[in-house]
Amino acid sequence: MEKFEKVHGVAAPMPLINIDTDMIIPKVHLKTIKRSGLGVVLFDEMRYNEDGTENEDFVLNKPAYRNAEILVAGDNFGCGSSREHAPWAIKDFGIKVIISTSFADIFYNNCFKNGILPIVVEDEHHAILMEDAHKGENARMTVDLEEQKIITSDGVEITFDIDPHRKHCLLNGLDDIGLTMEKAHHIDQFEEKASQARPWV
Amino acid sequence: MSPKTLYDKIWDAHVVHEADDGTCLLYIDRHLVHEVTSPQAFEGLRMAGRKVRAPEKTIAVPDHNVPTTPDRVNGIENPESRIQVEALDKNAREFGIHYYPVNDIRQGIVHIVGPEQGWTLPGMTVVCGDSHTATHGAFGALAHGIGTSEVEHVLATQTLIQKKSKNMKVEITGKLQPGVTAKDITLAVIGETGTAGGTGYVIEYCGEAIRDLSMEGRMTVCNMAIEGGARAGLIAPDEKTFEYVKGRPHAPKGAQWEAALAWWKTLYSDDDAHWDKVVTIRGEDIAPVVTWGTSPEDVLPITATVPNPEDFEGGKVEAARRSIEYMGLKPGQKLSDIEIDTVFIGSCTNGRIEDLRAAAEILKGKKIKDGIRAMVVPGSGLVRAQAEEEGIAEIFKQAGFEWRLAGCSMCLAMNPDQLQPGERCAATSNRNFEGRQGRGGRTHLLSPAMAAAAAITGKLTDVRELM
Repeated sequence: MEKFEKVHGVAAPMPLINIDTDMIIPKVHLKTIKRSGLGVVLFDEMRYNEDGTENEDFVLNKPAYRNAEILVAGDNFGCGSSREHAPWAIKDFGIKVIISTSFADIFYNNCFKNGILPIVVEDEHHAILMEDAHKGENARMTVDLEEQKIITSDGVEITFDIDPHRKHCLLNGLDDIGLTMEKAHHIDQFEEKASQARPWV
Repeated sequence: MSPKTLYDKIWDAHVVHEADDGTCLLYIDRHLVHEVTSPQAFEGLRMAGRKVRAPEKTIAVPDHNVPTTPDRVNGIENPESRIQVEALDKNAREFGIHYYPVNDIRQGIVHIVGPEQGWTLPGMTVVCGDSHTATHGAFGALAHGIGTSEVEHVLATQTLIQKKSKNMKVEITGKLQPGVTAKDITLAVIGETGTAGGTGYVIEYCGEAIRDLSMEGRMTVCNMAIEGGARAGLIAPDEKTFEYVKGRPHAPKGAQWEAALAWWKTLYSDDDAHWDKVVTIRGEDIAPVVTWGTSPEDVLPITATVPNPEDFEGGKVEAARRSIEYMGLKPGQKLSDIEIDTVFIGSCTNGRIEDLRAAAEILKGKKIKDGIRAMVVPGSGLVRAQAEEEGIAEIFKQAGFEWRLAGCSMCLAMNPDQLQPGERCAATSNRNFEGRQGRGGRTHLLSPAMAAAAAITGKLTDVRELM
C-alpha cells in the first residue's frame, strides 16, 4: 500500500446522514472480480440520471468539487453492506480523507485497508468543516495525519484522535497480512493449545 | 475472577496475541465465503504466493448472484454473475476449501447453510465477507462481517486484527403479543436505538421474549444487529441451541459432543458483569411493525401514520424528507393504506423453515390479490425440500406465489429478481435503502406473516386482522 501523505485539497460537502454503502456503490457494480476502476461509478444512482447523463445537482458533478480529495459527510457514513467496493470506488475517484461525526464499523475498518483516512470529529467541529467545504474550489482544506490535525481554508485548526497502530500503518503504507505473518509462531502456539482445549472446532 | 459477559468469554478464548496498545490478533474458527466479496482476496493470495492457512475451517457457497428460477441448472445467463460464480468454483477447488456448488441441494444463503450444516457452533468466532454474518450470534458465537481485505487476511492467517468492542445488553422482557414475531423485535430495537446506536458495541440480546424464541427466530434477531450499527449480536446458548445443533453433519459427536457441551454450558454473562449500555423493551409493547423510509430505523407499528419530517431533529429532518419523497408517500398517510406491487419472502433474515411456516399459516386457503407479484425464495435447498415435504410449498403455489430456488435473490437484487423504478415491495429482507431491491424500487420491511397478509390484501396490512 502507498504511504499516506499530507492532503491539501478541495473538500466536498455531503451533509446527508446515514449514507449507506448501497448508495456509495450499488450492487450492479459488485460483479467485478477486480478492485480497480470503480471511481466512475462512485455514488452511481445519485450521480447519474437514469439515461446515464450526469445529475448536475450532485455535489461531485459540480465544477468546484470534481477533483475533491476530502469528503465532509453526515453522521453514520458507510452503514449497511460490508462491500469493500465502497472504499475501492472512493479511493479510485481520488478521495483520500472522509470526515464525519461517526462511521459504520465495517466501512471504517475497510478504509484503513485501502489507504483512506476516516476522521471522526465532534458536532461543533463538523459544523465548521461542513461550512468550509461549502465554500468550493478556492477553499482548500489541509489534513495532516502525522500531526493529527485538520486546517480549514481560514486557518482554523482542529485536532483529531486516531488509533496509533492504524496511524502507523497508514503513514508507512504497511500491509496487515505481512505484519501478522511475522506473528505466525503465536498462531501456531494458539492452534496447538486450542486443539487440546476445543478439539471439536 | 472478575465477572464477564458472554462476549468477554468468547473474546478471551480467542486472543492469539495482544499488543501494548490493546490491538489483538483474534483467532477465527469458521470462515464463510461467497462469490461477491472473495475473488479479489483469492487473487491477492495467488499474487503473494500464499495458501489458505486452514482450509478445513473455510466454507464457500455461491448465493448473491445465483438465479432462483428452475432454468439455473442450465447455467447462469448473466455473464458477469457467471464469471463470479465460476471464480468461486475455481478458487474453492484450487485452495481446497469446503464447497457447496449451485446445484447441490445443500446450497443456499451462506448464513442459512452455516448453521444448517453444523459449521456454526456456540463459543466460536465466525466471520464472512458479508455484514449479515451477525446471524450466527444466535448460537452464542461471536460473528461479524468483514471487508475483502480482511477476507484475504483470514484466508492467509486464520486471524483478524481487532480491538475489543464495548458491551451492550438489549433485554426484551415478558411475552410477545399474538402476531408479533422475531422480526418485529429486531426492527423495534433498531427503531429505539437508531442505525448508529450500536456502533462500537457487541449486543447481547436477552430476556424472556428472546429465550422464548426458536433458533430460527433468534437468528432473525441477531441478523439485523448490524442494521443497528453493532459489530455483532449474541444470544447465550441454551437447551434449544444444543438441541438444534445436535446431529448436524459438522457438529461434534460422541465424547467430543460431551466435551463441547460442558464448555458451551459456561457461555453466559455472569450476573454482575459490566455493561456499557443497557436497553430494555417490554415484549408486550412491541406491535407488528413496518418501515416507512429508506433506513431500517424508520420503523413504526402498522397502526401508525407516515411521520412528518419536521417532527425529527438535526440531520434526520432532511433524511426523512428525502426518504418520504423517494418512497412516494405523504406525511399523515396511514401505513395500512399503502398499496404494494410485489411481495418478497426470503433472505438470510427470514428465509428459514419457520418463516415459511408463519407465512403459509396466513395464506392457507387464500389467494393473493390480483396483479400482485409474489415470490418465496427459500434460504437453502434443504429448507425448500422440507417445505415441500410439509405441504407448505403447495400452500404458497395455490395462493399464487412463485416458488423459487435458494439464494439471496431480491434482498439485494444482484440476480435477475429486481424491482422496477417506482415499484413497491413488502419484503421480509433486512434493508430498505434507496435502490436496494432495484434502482428506484421502494421497500417496506416486515415479518413473513405481515408479508403474507400484504400479499392477500394488496396493501400493508395488520396481520392480526387476518388471524
